[in-house]
Amino acid sequence: MLSKKEKELIANVWERLTPVADDIGADALLRMFTTFPGSKSYFSHLDLRPRSPHLKTRGKRIVLAIAEGAKDIDHLAVALAPLQTLHAYRLRIDPSNFKHFSHCMLVTLACYLGDRFTPVMHAAMDKFLSAFAAVLAEKFR
Amino acid sequence: MVEWTDSERTIINGIFANLNYEDIGAKALCRCLIVYPWTLRYFGAFGNLYNAEAIIANPMIAAHGTKILHGLDRALKNMDDIKNTYTTLSELHSEKLRVDPDNFRLLADCLSIVIAAEMGYEFTPEMQAAWQKFLSVVVSALGRQYH
Repeated sequence: MLSKKEKELIANVWERLTPVADDIGADALLRMFTTFPGSKSYFSHLDLRPRSPHLKTRGKRIVLAIAEGAKDIDHLAVALAPLQTLHAYRLRIDPSNFKHFSHCMLVTLACYLGDRFTPVMHAAMDKFLSAFAAVLAEKFR
Repeated sequence: MVEWTDSERTIINGIFANLNYEDIGAKALCRCLIVYPWTLRYFGAFGNLYNAEAIIANPMIAAHGTKILHGLDRALKNMDDIKNTYTTLSELHSEKLRVDPDNFRLLADCLSIVIAAEMGYEFTPEMQAAWQKFLSVVVSALGRQYH
């Protein structure tokens, strides 16, 4: 599904995003909560207003998890095993929200990278995020 | 009927007012064809589309992207009745062009991302929400005449 070149591209991009994980993560989350308000239902215990520290903490955690997965895309299920269990048995998030978040992450990347977010990079990133979400949801049923 | 707040109307009008149709339209269609290659099935008569470079360089695709983007002008002028504005265009896509209506959403997503790349963080979460609401109404209207 992902070529060797695409995997290298993805690993490279996420490594560069790691130092700004909190900003990237918070932006993507805020976009998701604003465009898809139903997604807020899973975070009723957090302050989801813009610039909230909760957004940055949660956003950073998510981006770092994605970056970790990007290092070894062939073995996503290994890296994601604990998160699979968490999302399936505790969080029980409707999987459509993974698609919403992936889309908002792509918008965040477009804002952050501008022209550098080329169609080829976009295609690779979309495939990776879809694969990531699919592995994350593997234990749902 | 879709309810639009004043803020949403301002945002959507603002995005269109600053839009370079030739640039953004071309980029959005190219991106859709590259990111979702199955959409190439509708462009068999458009010449060389063998790889990303060829798609981006193809003048017919660029012209068609511009045309599609101008198609949104109708919705902008009739925001309170987008549903009926696209009856004929929906029939065209259903009966003649035979486009799977799920593809409209893919192009809409690509358009949002091209605008985001163009505007950077000026494309705020509020703007994104209003813009995507507008596009989802258009997408829904275009899918209405499929039976």
